[in-house]
Amino acid sequence: MATTVAAAPTHATHAHTGLWSWITTVDHKRIAILYFFTALGFFFVGGFEALLIRLQLSHAGATVVSAQMYNSLFTMHATTMIFLALMPMSVAFFNYIIPLQIGARDVAFPRLNAFSYWVFLFGGIFMNISFLMNVAPDGGWYGYATLTGKAYSPTHSIDFWAVGLQILGVASLAGAFNFITTIINLRAPGLGFMRLPVFTWMTLVTSFLIILAFPVITVALVELMFDRLSPVPTNFFNVAKGGDPLLWQHLFWVFGHPEVYILILPAMGVISEILPTFSGKPLFGYAFIVYSGIFIGFMGWGVWSHHMFTVGLGPLGDTFFALATMLIAIPTGVKIFNWIGTMWGGSIRLVTPMWFAIGFISMFIIGGLSGIMHSSPPADTQQNDTYFVVAHIHYVLFGGTMLGLIAGIYYWFPKVTGRYMNETLGQWHFWLTMISMNLTFFPMHFSGLLGMPRRVYTYQKGMGFELYNQMSTAGALLLAVSLLIFLHNLIRSIRKGEVAPTNAWNGATLEWATATSPPPEFNFQKLPTVKTLDPLWHQEGPKGHKIDVGGTDGHGIHMPNPSYWPMFAAFGMTVMMAGLIFGLTLGVPGGLLFVYSTYRWALEPAS
Amino acid sequence: MADSKRPSFPLALIAFVLLAVLAFAAGDAATGWAQSSTYPQTTLEPRSEVARAIDDVLDGIVLWVIVIFVVVQAALVLTVARFRQRPGGAPARHMHGNTTLEIAWTLAPAIILAFIAVPTVKVIFDNAKPTKGDIQVRVIGHQWWWEFQYPGKGVITANELHLPVGKTVSFELESVDVIHSFWVPAFAGKKDLIPGRTNHLWFTPEVTGTFPGQCAEFCGASHANMYFKVVVQPQEEFDAWLAQQKAPVAPPDSASLAARGLAIYQKGQCVACHMIDGVSYGVVGPNLGKVSTRATIAAGMFPNDDENLTAWIRNAPALKPGSLMTRQDMSDEDVAALVAYLRTRR
Repeated sequence: MATTVAAAPTHATHAHTGLWSWITTVDHKRIAILYFFTALGFFFVGGFEALLIRLQLSHAGATVVSAQMYNSLFTMHATTMIFLALMPMSVAFFNYIIPLQIGARDVAFPRLNAFSYWVFLFGGIFMNISFLMNVAPDGGWYGYATLTGKAYSPTHSIDFWAVGLQILGVASLAGAFNFITTIINLRAPGLGFMRLPVFTWMTLVTSFLIILAFPVITVALVELMFDRLSPVPTNFFNVAKGGDPLLWQHLFWVFGHPEVYILILPAMGVISEILPTFSGKPLFGYAFIVYSGIFIGFMGWGVWSHHMFTVGLGPLGDTFFALATMLIAIPTGVKIFNWIGTMWGGSIRLVTPMWFAIGFISMFIIGGLSGIMHSSPPADTQQNDTYFVVAHIHYVLFGGTMLGLIAGIYYWFPKVTGRYMNETLGQWHFWLTMISMNLTFFPMHFSGLLGMPRRVYTYQKGMGFELYNQMSTAGALLLAVSLLIFLHNLIRSIRKGEVAPTNAWNGATLEWATATSPPPEFNFQKLPTVKTLDPLWHQEGPKGHKIDVGGTDGHGIHMPNPSYWPMFAAFGMTVMMAGLIFGLTLGVPGGLLFVYSTYRWALEPAS
Repeated sequence: MADSKRPSFPLALIAFVLLAVLAFAAGDAATGWAQSSTYPQTTLEPRSEVARAIDDVLDGIVLWVIVIFVVVQAALVLTVARFRQRPGGAPARHMHGNTTLEIAWTLAPAIILAFIAVPTVKVIFDNAKPTKGDIQVRVIGHQWWWEFQYPGKGVITANELHLPVGKTVSFELESVDVIHSFWVPAFAGKKDLIPGRTNHLWFTPEVTGTFPGQCAEFCGASHANMYFKVVVQPQEEFDAWLAQQKAPVAPPDSASLAARGLAIYQKGQCVACHMIDGVSYGVVGPNLGKVSTRATIAAGMFPNDDENLTAWIRNAPALKPGSLMTRQDMSDEDVAALVAYLRTRR
């Protein structure tokens, strides 16, 4: 693993090999790698679920899976991709890149960071155990009342979903607080807010969205859990006792829409790093891009009811939420134009990360435009809950978030491993992805407009849905092939990739200034001082100032000690939460382990 | 470095294919290529004023969307093509932005959005205006079938909605269990059926014919199997249908197979869930008073023939996942008698 620079004045160098070193690590870079591979694993689980869905829909009346299993598959495909793949994959980038980009030695709370990861891992496993018990969640990733009530979902399927999301929410919240604190407090000298790399900015905005949005779904889930699991059930969503199913929808989407931006903003940040690097010129309209990112994050709170244009809000409500939604198209458009402006006049190096960044822009435009189509409530009443919306979200979440994150993987891989990923395989991956994702998702616009509802395990002959579904299925299989090429490239390049210099792509931001790739455990022997935006591009010339990370700060480097208590605390908390479903025999020992581990954690010397 | 490996896949070809597919979509929407004969549930062939207004809004948006798509994708492709690094090419020009340009491309989308917003808001209010139709229908959603009541006309039926052509119909939409969504694309957008609430919807069918509809909000195991049909008829045919639905049915001859079927119906579990006026008063399952006038059973899943009805009575959950109608362990003769009795209900 890491080769430490000679005579690094650190008083603690920690074990770098073995399972135990990974379990006890509090190094943001190693936690990032844990996040990455766990999220990648869940991504393949979610992808496998998607393939089963596509096979089931390949012809009318197919019987690849049962109706019940199908309902679980689409519920868990979405839940897995959103909460266990895309979000944690973004967090992997936050973890690895943010401390490096802001010139810090680690995140503000390294052990809390480890705790976040373990909670995420255990929460994800907990939710998927439901498949083994044959009670996988089956109420949709949005879990509308009253279907999720005990009367209509009597098994533990919804309990696994609700408790699982609560567990994962803890991981997201702890992580978000950590990154907010880190970005605000641990910036290198001179690194003012308007000198922050855009990826750092988008991480900050995303983290604020998380700490504001997750409490809302936490409240909603607590209400649902009281309705379902309390010995004396409450009636938040029980219509017969005066409950209101629309309460759930409002709470869910007040969380759910900002969640969309939680998913897309990090990818937009990644793109905003890659485009300048490979165009060889600074980001066009840095301030516009930052402000529009903040504006998108802010406006994300005023549009939740556009998910509810068919519930009968009345014309005034529909109008308000339609106009607010259309307004979001403006900062989004600004970002796209600024990205193109970044490339204009540049000298564009067309290598895999740049291809994926360009692919992101192109695909995200399609997702944005179909979004405008159903920002209009009349049009939405025909498109809502059809495959048209399935097409839209996949252009945004796959064409957008996933392509952006893949671009980031190719981009930062040399920083993480010291090696490039294979370019030929990368290009195969890119072009196959572009062809297969469009073959998968574009026909869904048609099947939707031609009347195919979503979340149906089957459809009848004679509706004309076969052709478009078969195109989607063929595309999905091809997409799987492209992802296997990616996986092969990733694993192969870790050991055999071409060796990369520390500034592998001539990037402008501080993560490229570390002494080695992968960076030493303490990142920077001496914390850099920043005087400009894009500091590494302003080192030469008469006004240039050298970014210097050698030498010492005049005192030793204090690195946090490894600790296994975060892992035990996370495990205890997960078991304790499982006790909500399975009773005190799990709840009490889990709770005790949680309390004990937290206590030991608190008393442990931090460094 | 791998910069020398220029992509073997031509970007222009990909862009061309994408553009071709989108042009295909545009042609589809504009020319009505998506005929309802091929795509019976299409949203692109409106057959009421409400659906037409929606379609007009969509057409306007689609035009803008195509223009934006072509302009922005072209800008992207041309920028990449023109400024890609090549031997002897110009070095990158460092610039940080251009305020005029940035204000311009902030305003441009705002103006386009105004062109989309104005017709949108007009149609929102037009389609939402309270309307007491020439005829009223109460739609009640059940897992997983549709109940249609004609208030004041004494008619209750299931999964097959009859309407007179050219008459405005206003709906009250309700649900007894979970949220469903009422959707006949030819006539209107979706409107949800929410337990504890009453939603409203109206439209005027403009042509006769049979139009498919389907539940559009995920509602549990057999959400996919919650179909219905709207049969739009000339007024006199509709009146005749109403009269038939109301006409009393004579009890079967006491010696007939149907009479035995009636006895089984009354003694068995049927009465707990189903209503047949004067015979049973269950409200869980569909009203069977005129079951044999309907073209399908199980909410549009199967043609209403003896074979399907027999299989359904024997083991409904095997045919429709999650069906609340339980498996009936009856002899072949009993099921045949029951089918014979239900065949008298027309």
